Amino acid sequence: MTSTEKELTSLVQREYKEGFVTDIDADTLPPGLNEDVIRVISAKKDEPEFLLQWRLEAYRRWLEMKTPEWAHLHYAPIDLQDISYYSAPKQKQLLDSLDEVDPRLLETYEKLGIPVDEQKVLAGVKVAVDAVFDSVSVVTTFKKTLSEAGVIFCPLSEAVKDYPELVKQYLGSIVPASDNYYSALNSAVFSEGSFVYIPKGVRCPMELSTYFRINAMNTGQFERTLIVADEDSYVSYLEGCTAPMRDENQLHAAVVELVAMKGAEIKYSTVQNWYPGDEDGKGGIYNFVTKRGACKGEGSKISWTQVETGSAITWKYPSVLLEGDDSIGEFYSVALTNNCQQADTGTKMVHIGKNSKSTIISKGISAGRGQNSYRGLVKVLKGAENARNYSQCDSLLMGDKCGAHTFPYMEIKNPTAVVEHEATTSRIGEDQLFYCRQRGMSEEDAVSMIVNGFCKEVFKELPMEFAVEAQKLLGISLEGSVG
Amino acid sequence: MLSIKDLHATVDGKEILKGINLEVNPGEIHAIMGPNGSGKSTLASVLAGRDNYEVTSGSVTYRDQDLLDMEPEIRAREGVFLAFQYPVEIPGVTNVYLLKAAINAVLKHRGEEELDAMSFLKLIKQKAALVEMKQEFLYRSVNGGFSGGEKKRNEILQMALLEPHLSILDETDSGLDIDALKIVAHGVNALRNDQRSMILVTHYQRLLDYIVPDYVHVLAGGVIIRSGDKSLALELEEKGYGWIESQADAA
Ligand SMILES: Nc1ncnc2c1ncn2[C@@H]1O[C@H](COP(=O)(O)OP(=O)(O)OP(=O)(O)O)[C@@H](O)[C@H]1O
Ligand SMILES: [Mg+2]
Repeated sequence: MTSTEKELTSLVQREYKEGFVTDIDADTLPPGLNEDVIRVISAKKDEPEFLLQWRLEAYRRWLEMKTPEWAHLHYAPIDLQDISYYSAPKQKQLLDSLDEVDPRLLETYEKLGIPVDEQKVLAGVKVAVDAVFDSVSVVTTFKKTLSEAGVIFCPLSEAVKDYPELVKQYLGSIVPASDNYYSALNSAVFSEGSFVYIPKGVRCPMELSTYFRINAMNTGQFERTLIVADEDSYVSYLEGCTAPMRDENQLHAAVVELVAMKGAEIKYSTVQNWYPGDEDGKGGIYNFVTKRGACKGEGSKISWTQVETGSAITWKYPSVLLEGDDSIGEFYSVALTNNCQQADTGTKMVHIGKNSKSTIISKGISAGRGQNSYRGLVKVLKGAENARNYSQCDSLLMGDKCGAHTFPYMEIKNPTAVVEHEATTSRIGEDQLFYCRQRGMSEEDAVSMIVNGFCKEVFKELPMEFAVEAQKLLGISLEGSVG
Repeated sequence: MLSIKDLHATVDGKEILKGINLEVNPGEIHAIMGPNGSGKSTLASVLAGRDNYEVTSGSVTYRDQDLLDMEPEIRAREGVFLAFQYPVEIPGVTNVYLLKAAINAVLKHRGEEELDAMSFLKLIKQKAALVEMKQEFLYRSVNGGFSGGEKKRNEILQMALLEPHLSILDETDSGLDIDALKIVAHGVNALRNDQRSMILVTHYQRLLDYIVPDYVHVLAGGVIIRSGDKSLALELEEKGYGWIESQADAA
């Protein structure tokens, strides 16, 4: 490794500032998974019978399944009997105001920069936040403002009780429990998550956001998010996440389901910053996530934007089922792998409706010994007359010990489809850095500028307040302030 | 301004510069000519502080400071500018962004106020006009898909913006058509004053018709084998390098 490469890798080796632990009494189930554990979780959440049965059914399916092994990932298996499936900070149930929340929890969110106090705003914008701490939601802000607009935004465990019909109708309708190993596991043991319903014709008056925090040791987080946008409605939803630094690997297996009816639009953005493990690959979150949306109605639109900087392992393919005619699916992704991080991420765009359109922009950045894979499927079914897809996958390498891999798959059953795929691989060169330094920039600023230039097309899809966080995460300053 | 004394430098363990001596006073223009592979670009890289070029002995003093002791970006902020023989492309980064970052790095270093977007745009448009560069080039990625000549012109635009004390132009004239050559020369001459110095590396005396140097040096085999005034360039044009090289060998 030349000195420049060493400096380069150290530049992306920022400290993990979110790695602290909150010292709080928790109600934690002993490690292990069996039907009784599922019954306990369900009972703790005071769930209706239908949900318990749904969980048990998923559990039985899961028992027959195997871990997927097709991804370009190498890791020691997790002993699923060795982790706890439920951990909640001890506090009074059903909080009506922030005053009743344990100050140590509020402090935690304060430290993380998450506005759980309605008086505080994020980057000058009001954002409604659902703060999930281990297995429970701690607080949800702006519920009143939202309900005046008819918008439902609450923890899933609450929705199950308050809107059982909606939950029953849509839960598992996009990602069935049996979809894959991790979705089955999630369906059996999911503990918390957010539920969103936007009624017909309503434009959600503010950004909605869920912030996931893993705190407890030896626990897995299995959250589940369900967003339903009724006809001609619009919602922009943000998801963020962090975890303490711990030497052992922790499992995060989430499921996200999106439903967009005729003319509706859902914009789902993620800044994923789970603890990535240390330089030598010790510790870090295993992030196995199933995210899928269905454009059910004509002219509906679902747009996934993700900035993946954390986790030791990322296995994630936010997808769109383009069922409606003229529906639109989008996937914008930046994935950074550094040190020993590995990411296998991409998307599936399934064209079913006529004139459906999809766009895929994927930017992979690899540094250190990081391994970054793009895996994408564009599928055009027989009836999808005039389907269009454009895919662009770019890889940026820093140093010579990392890797970038691209696995684009296509299944085209309709001859009128137009599918385009472009891919590039580039390296931050010593000559580029020297050029910038000769113009007076520090090496750090030069790397930032180049990385930021590389990610520009994705960053511009993020809501403003999230774009700021994303740049900070990559340790870079925003380009585009001029011109 | 610049005082180079007995400078020796190696690249990958191979000695390329073998005892360079050069004095550049404020306001002077020095042309350096010499055969391919003689070490001209190496000298420029060493002065700019490029990694992997190791100075094994000798000294370089720049405005009363030890130049070799400074990081490349500090040299740049202190007013050393290198127009590259082969400017690199930086995909995704717009030209205007790099230019703004560069000028602000210099201003900040001097303790002056950084330019805001408005005043920067005003300034850069004025400088672009000086080198007759179309504004669309400002918004393209740095050197991305620029022709050889356009890249060279972009280097001069940066120089015009940064107004360095010492400019080193490494074959900025190579690959320029005759009109572009005049434009580049015009840009350089506009910057010329009794405080600023320049080192022009070139193979062609034709550049020196437009930018008249105070001194001409011939670099061969890692040393300066002959120095003279403008007439030396004319002589070289006529006779090639062979005659001085054999004279130098004989001496
Ligand atoms: N990394 C390297 N390893 C070995 N030799 C090198 C290396 N880099 C440069 N050189 C050699 O150093 C010598 C001087 O190169 P330099 O680029 O300074 O020449 P120049 O005078 O600028 O030539 P030109 O007129 O062709 O631009 C050449 O012989 C070149 O091959
Ligand atoms: Mg050269």
